[in-house]
Amino acid sequence: MTKSELIEIIAEKYPSMQLRDVEASVKEIIEYMSDSLSSGDRIEIRGFGSFSLHYRGPRVGRNPKTGEKVDLDGKYVPYFKPGKEMRERVNASLTK
Amino acid sequence: MALTKAEIAEHLFEQLGVNKKDSKEIVELFFEEIRAALENGEQVKLSGFGNFDIRDKSERPGRNPKTGEDIPITARRVVTFKPGQKLKARVEEADLPKPE
Repeated sequence: MTKSELIEIIAEKYPSMQLRDVEASVKEIIEYMSDSLSSGDRIEIRGFGSFSLHYRGPRVGRNPKTGEKVDLDGKYVPYFKPGKEMRERVNASLTK
Repeated sequence: MALTKAEIAEHLFEQLGVNKKDSKEIVELFFEEIRAALENGEQVKLSGFGNFDIRDKSERPGRNPKTGEDIPITARRVVTFKPGQKLKARVEEADLPKPE
């Protein structure tokens, strides 16, 4: 499912809202979540999961082409931990 | 402070002028429909943000850490999230302070 398919499905399930308003809202939700994470704020959605940042320390990497060593700075990477309901529902689909 | 559904809905009201009932409903549907797709074994791709993938794990040997007893970890289906290039770049460029 892509972002545009998600927008269409939501619009079908919630016909009292215009498609273009659903589209603007979905895009704004994603934008707001990205803004929050890049400001270092966690996102916690009960039953869905939480998004946070994990720190990766500085390391010496290698240029795969030349084999040359390169010093890489530490950085944060986005991380998602599925919530209980998400884990249970997805796992239940295994036996269906 | 962590961002919650209530705050996302409030943001839609403030930013886009979506009325409070609609913004609350849209936020619920947003997360519910992603979860429903994953429950159907479908990958979810939100360009600019990231992809939610389904992975089937086979049974593997495990152990009860308290008793030391060998018990298999049953086969299961799990969700993984792979952040997109744009989100990763934004987080890196934010230049947040190192953890203590």
